[in-house]
Amino acid sequence: MSGEKKRHVIPGEVITSGPYRAEQNTIQVGDNIVSTIIGLSDVHDGSVRVIPLTGGYMPKDDDLVIGKIASHSSLSWTADINSCYVGMLPASDVFGRDYSSSSDDMTAKLAKGDLIAARIVNADKTRDPLITISGRELGKIDSGELVKISPNKVPRLIGKRGSMIQMIESSTNSQVTIGQNGLLVVSSDDPNGLLKAVQAIELVEEQAHVANLTDQVKEMLESKSE
Amino acid sequence: MGGRDTDIVLLDENGIRSDGRKVNETRKVTIKAGVLKNANGSAYIEFGDNKILVGVYGPRDVHPKHMSDTDTGILRCRYHMAPFSVGERKNPAPSRREIEISKVIKEALEPAVMLKEFPRTAVDVYMEVLQADGGTRCAALTGASVALADAGIPMRDLVAGCAAGKAADAVILDVNNEEDQAGQADLPIGYMPNLKKITLLQLDGVLTPEEYKQCIEIGIEGCNQVYEIQKKALQDKFFASGEKQ
Repeated sequence: MSGEKKRHVIPGEVITSGPYRAEQNTIQVGDNIVSTIIGLSDVHDGSVRVIPLTGGYMPKDDDLVIGKIASHSSLSWTADINSCYVGMLPASDVFGRDYSSSSDDMTAKLAKGDLIAARIVNADKTRDPLITISGRELGKIDSGELVKISPNKVPRLIGKRGSMIQMIESSTNSQVTIGQNGLLVVSSDDPNGLLKAVQAIELVEEQAHVANLTDQVKEMLESKSE
Repeated sequence: MGGRDTDIVLLDENGIRSDGRKVNETRKVTIKAGVLKNANGSAYIEFGDNKILVGVYGPRDVHPKHMSDTDTGILRCRYHMAPFSVGERKNPAPSRREIEISKVIKEALEPAVMLKEFPRTAVDVYMEVLQADGGTRCAALTGASVALADAGIPMRDLVAGCAAGKAADAVILDVNNEEDQAGQADLPIGYMPNLKKITLLQLDGVLTPEEYKQCIEIGIEGCNQVYEIQKKALQDKFFASGEKQ
């Protein structure tokens, strides 16, 4: 990490001025780069961005998300993906290209209320984001505990190169599927491990702004295992 | 408005106003961000004796559907006074005045919010006046902009509101209810302090060109003071328990 120290900024605050590129959550006003959101400024390699501390989830291409089937028409399902847009899952994605609305029963595959792990195929905002459930680790979720956290805290939960989530998974003997939209599914054969994993995730969500969070979580995981 | 006859001394010989303020002094303003759990963003503002609660929802689906815009998100504002907010019970149905204030606040916020990033959605701002004491439109605007920032809606700048006016032949800052009723003019201003742009400007009463210039000047100064409080409210919520800059 190079460049200036990260700073807390609010909308309208000047982050820096000079020959920088205004990227995520910033705008250029004259010579100044101005934040448009509450967050942490990050000046890096001639570009400026702000890491948001609040706000909802915006679908991005290739994001893994967890969704809940909300309804279906004769050609597609719609899934609530914890965003202002709903995910569109075409029936052909599940039944293959020879899908026919008269012979295939959509509710037999996915009914209202079912949870799915999906990947976003196309999110261009002119229409609802297209999602798919064909792929590794994707598809209907049959078991596990659904946990909801703020989408802005997902990177913190994952940690640097997955350190945080790997630690939680290995020490509680559980599997966590993380959706970029802030929905997580925790599953484990051991009920105590499951409970502890959920507690650890809640701790990360609460204390996301604290430095040395990994140590704190580690302590919490170890203390209760005795 | 020539000002009504009244027993109240709006400005005494020492230049002190009916509530003990100097001519260029605002009332005490306190703002708290993030007070409502069920809204995406919220704020509670006390502007002197005004008490206003603001909740922001969205971006979210637009209902009714025909209101949605494929190019941009839309902003919807509702300013509402609670029946118990004034001395005599106010009918809770939206009055002409409330509809007007909802409209001007919406237009005062629109230059600040960047809704092009959320096409086909709506952002709803609900402002509920719990107690009114003159200058509620400025106070509601100030609170709404904090609540929008709290909700994480991208904004070019915060919008701060403060009124200037004229009472007892003097130009005064932050007109309260008595001064509004018995005074000569009221000039509410909405202002984006970093961009230095005015987004709301109304005038009720008569001012000479010189007085008007003075009002704008001290009004903007008042907005700058209000802005510092808005900034602090957001910093208190988001950065209080962490390393400072």
